[in-house]
Amino acid sequence: MRIEVEINGRAFEGEVEARTLLSDFIRHGAGLTGTKVGCEQGVCGACTVQLDGEAVRSCLMLAVQANGRAITTVEGLSADGDMHPLQRAFHESHALQCGFCTPGFLMSMEAYIREHPDADEEELRDALAGNLCRCTGYLGIIEAVGRAAREMRGADVQRD
Amino acid sequence: MKPSRFEYRAPGSVEEALPLLRPESTVLAGGQSLVPLLNLRLAIPELVVDINGIAELDYIHADDGVLRIGAMTRQVVLERSELVRRRWPLLHQAVRLVGHPQIRTRGTVGGSVAHADPAAELPVALTALGARFHLLSPGAARVLGASELFLGPLHTAREADELLVEIEVPEQPEGAGSGFAEHARTHGDFATAGAAAVVGPGGHAGIALLGAGPVPARADEAERALADGAEPPEAAALAAQGIEDEHRRALCTELARRAIEQAAA
Repeated sequence: MRIEVEINGRAFEGEVEARTLLSDFIRHGAGLTGTKVGCEQGVCGACTVQLDGEAVRSCLMLAVQANGRAITTVEGLSADGDMHPLQRAFHESHALQCGFCTPGFLMSMEAYIREHPDADEEELRDALAGNLCRCTGYLGIIEAVGRAAREMRGADVQRD
Repeated sequence: MKPSRFEYRAPGSVEEALPLLRPESTVLAGGQSLVPLLNLRLAIPELVVDINGIAELDYIHADDGVLRIGAMTRQVVLERSELVRRRWPLLHQAVRLVGHPQIRTRGTVGGSVAHADPAAELPVALTALGARFHLLSPGAARVLGASELFLGPLHTAREADELLVEIEVPEQPEGAGSGFAEHARTHGDFATAGAAAVVGPGGHAGIALLGAGPVPARADEAERALADGAEPPEAAALAAQGIEDEHRRALCTELARRAIEQAAA
């Protein structure tokens, strides 16, 4: 089946089987290997991308279901090589060890903070629960997400 | 693991979808339970009928006090609905406990009902609310209550040629409160036990337990006791009295107490 998907603002066309998962199309069809594949059963969150701006598990969608839709992957987070505030905060707070889970965390939390700019730490912890870090570096991740949320709020204030 | 090969159809309307349904086919709604089963090859359908393109099944509205939810309504839409939060708060409380935000973005209300996982929150909340489930097949339609629809774990009365199209939730009495309590080993994981309760003036009570049996079931005796003036702990004990396993019974009793107290507060 022929599909056309917009990924990070660029059109990708490809021939896929109906059973091809969106995660595999992103990695192998579009060649964007920032999105990681962990459990392939919706538990670990490593494959999280954004579908029309909302966080989804790309291993739980068929690639054909993304036909005509807009996907954002971790490669789409930073514009012109500048790190997104969330990426910068992960760097500064040492919120990654092996880094395999990081793209999923970033794509989940970017969508969450955009929808809940005033989330407190408890709410942020709650929102993080859908992503697993096997290095168990959660404290750094919690610190980074809090730092990024504050910075993203500040950026909004400046824009206003 | 990857899914085995299947034929794929994506009808654009209910009318187009119905003739495709047969024992060898499976309906793909939000996919948050079905796609893991496909990936693990626990489900090997010949045909996948993807109903995500059926816009006519995506709605939430109230008619004459009755809430009507289209089967393809995303869980996140239910969660954000001001109408639901105001008038059927139990559904708002329950849906926030379904999986994680990334799951609720795609997961649907109808999919959760049709999948009938005994640990799922929405079927339990809908049971406590006395919801009715609309099924369509080519040339026929029927409406079932929760006790008629839910037959066992992952097993409903839906026939292979039927499609769940709507969930209807009756009006709740003026001034009714609601509560939902559950226990999961880790946050966002499947709950081991839970309870949903609606308590209103004039002796109105709807109580259903999660994890007490193979299907969500109304706790009739506890409801009657509450109507007759029983205190929440007493009603909670009645709700869970039939559970054999001691740990599960203790857990359900405590969660039912919390849900009932929350509803009565």
